[in-house]
Amino acid sequence: MAITAFAPTIGAGAPSGDTRRGGRTALLLLLPGIAYLALFFLAPLVSLILTSLQTPRLYGDIGQYDYAFRIENYADVVGEYLPQILRSFGYALVATAIALVISYPLAYFIGVALRRYPLAQSLLLVLVIAPFFISFLLRTLAWKQLLSNDSLVVQGLQALSLLGPGEYFIGSPAAVIFGLVYNFVPFMVLPLYASLERLDIRYLEAGSDLYAGAFTTFRTVTLPLSMPGIVSGTLLTFIPAAGDYVNASRDFLGSPDTSMLGNAVEANFLVLQNFPAAAALSIILMAAILVLVAVYVRRSGTDELL
Amino acid sequence: MLGIFSAIVLVYLLIPIVYTIVFSFNDYRRTNIVWRGFTFDNWLGVCNAQGVCQAFGNSILIAVVSTVVATAIGTAAAIALARYRFRFKSATTLLIFLPMATPEVVLGAGLAAQFLTAGIQKGILTVILAHVMFCVSFVIVTVRARVASVDPSIEEAGRDLYGSPAQVFFRITLPLLAPGIAGGALLSFALSFDDFIITNFNSGPATTFPKFIYTAAARGIPAEANVIASAIFILAIAAVLISQIAAAARRKRLASR
Repeated sequence: MAITAFAPTIGAGAPSGDTRRGGRTALLLLLPGIAYLALFFLAPLVSLILTSLQTPRLYGDIGQYDYAFRIENYADVVGEYLPQILRSFGYALVATAIALVISYPLAYFIGVALRRYPLAQSLLLVLVIAPFFISFLLRTLAWKQLLSNDSLVVQGLQALSLLGPGEYFIGSPAAVIFGLVYNFVPFMVLPLYASLERLDIRYLEAGSDLYAGAFTTFRTVTLPLSMPGIVSGTLLTFIPAAGDYVNASRDFLGSPDTSMLGNAVEANFLVLQNFPAAAALSIILMAAILVLVAVYVRRSGTDELL
Repeated sequence: MLGIFSAIVLVYLLIPIVYTIVFSFNDYRRTNIVWRGFTFDNWLGVCNAQGVCQAFGNSILIAVVSTVVATAIGTAAAIALARYRFRFKSATTLLIFLPMATPEVVLGAGLAAQFLTAGIQKGILTVILAHVMFCVSFVIVTVRARVASVDPSIEEAGRDLYGSPAQVFFRITLPLLAPGIAGGALLSFALSFDDFIITNFNSGPATTFPKFIYTAAARGIPAEANVIASAIFILAIAAVLISQIAAAARRKRLASR
């Protein structure tokens, strides 16, 4: 990229020291970061596309592939892994919805109800981010043990006939979704809190002055004003959940019947050494997420993601 | 009502943490699944479980190096983005945002495919290269918010008083940005230390602490792993709580003046 590409454009709001020299300074400051992302983020995406079109080398060993424009790889992986693909998006969607429902009241409580108690606010926020300070694999394994077949929870569910005598929780789709919700709730609470914390309480008072009930005020005032938080929270939950393969894996909360797209990518890349299949699945995941995000952000009418 | 509901959600978030800490004191013999009695042995002999301390050491090394590199290049980029206008700014912003919106499996598999094509052996170095990549974006976003909240006229005053560019940067800009930079570095350390998915694709034979747990999950996690995780948790929470309470006390003092 030429230096002229970063020449400052004169416009309103530009800091006063913004001269031609500023343009060169900006380039120098940005170059390491941009070059790094080009080399280790963009180039790998290109590698992934090229790998997804490879074909096994003739008379080659396992794991040896040559470049070929083999677009059929995509049809092959969709044919073989359709259940995993559907499960990935299905589980992530349900987990995101549940996470939103349980996070919103908590974020509202911390951000609006506790507004006059800043110390309580920050202490509760510390509790929300506390899970980040302990390995997420260990936390997930803790749930596996707490919800294991002979646990009180499962015995209770069996006593209430919510589970049949031979039925268990671990290994079921519900367990995987439970784990996804648990692991990504903090990602939902934080952006919701950030937008609710800025909410001007006078709007809520105006609502009740105009004889709107609590529900009407919530639906017509609070909810629309917290939309940016809802959009970023749902994206921050949905995207990692759709790509996750730890919760669904057999040694954690899942079973072979609950494996997701991420599990298929891991198995193909690291175990079967079927690199083209793993790459094609990754590209499908990436493309689907980009399309969903673009549609969703446009629909919800917010693009203040950063 | 709202308070009770919030309390339930917080308890739900904290249950696995309590479980992990409690089971670090379990007198486990072979598998750390059922409670067999209280002991300090796991805490006193953390490295007795084979491989756990080596994995922990690798994770610390990777997190420290990744954090230093990501913070340095991320801070520079954040200053440029917040302070200057240039062409392709929105494209640049998109490039920085995209890694955060990309599922980790895709990032992990992409890098692994690239290392494979380039014939680079996977190990600690490739893990560091991968971690710097995803940490940079988080550092940029965190530091950029701080740069945006600092008044540029303070730096201008420094220049007016004949401060050299280096003096202005090190004595004015950097101290003002310090909280943002510290936040970005902390986030980057935590993300790197706990990353499993990208690491799994790019570590080859090298182990890290999360990779150790993933591999051990099938046969049972030794309680020593719980000890390491609990110790980090307690240290991190103590640090955060102390800084929060100190900040609140400072605010109170300023307000009462």
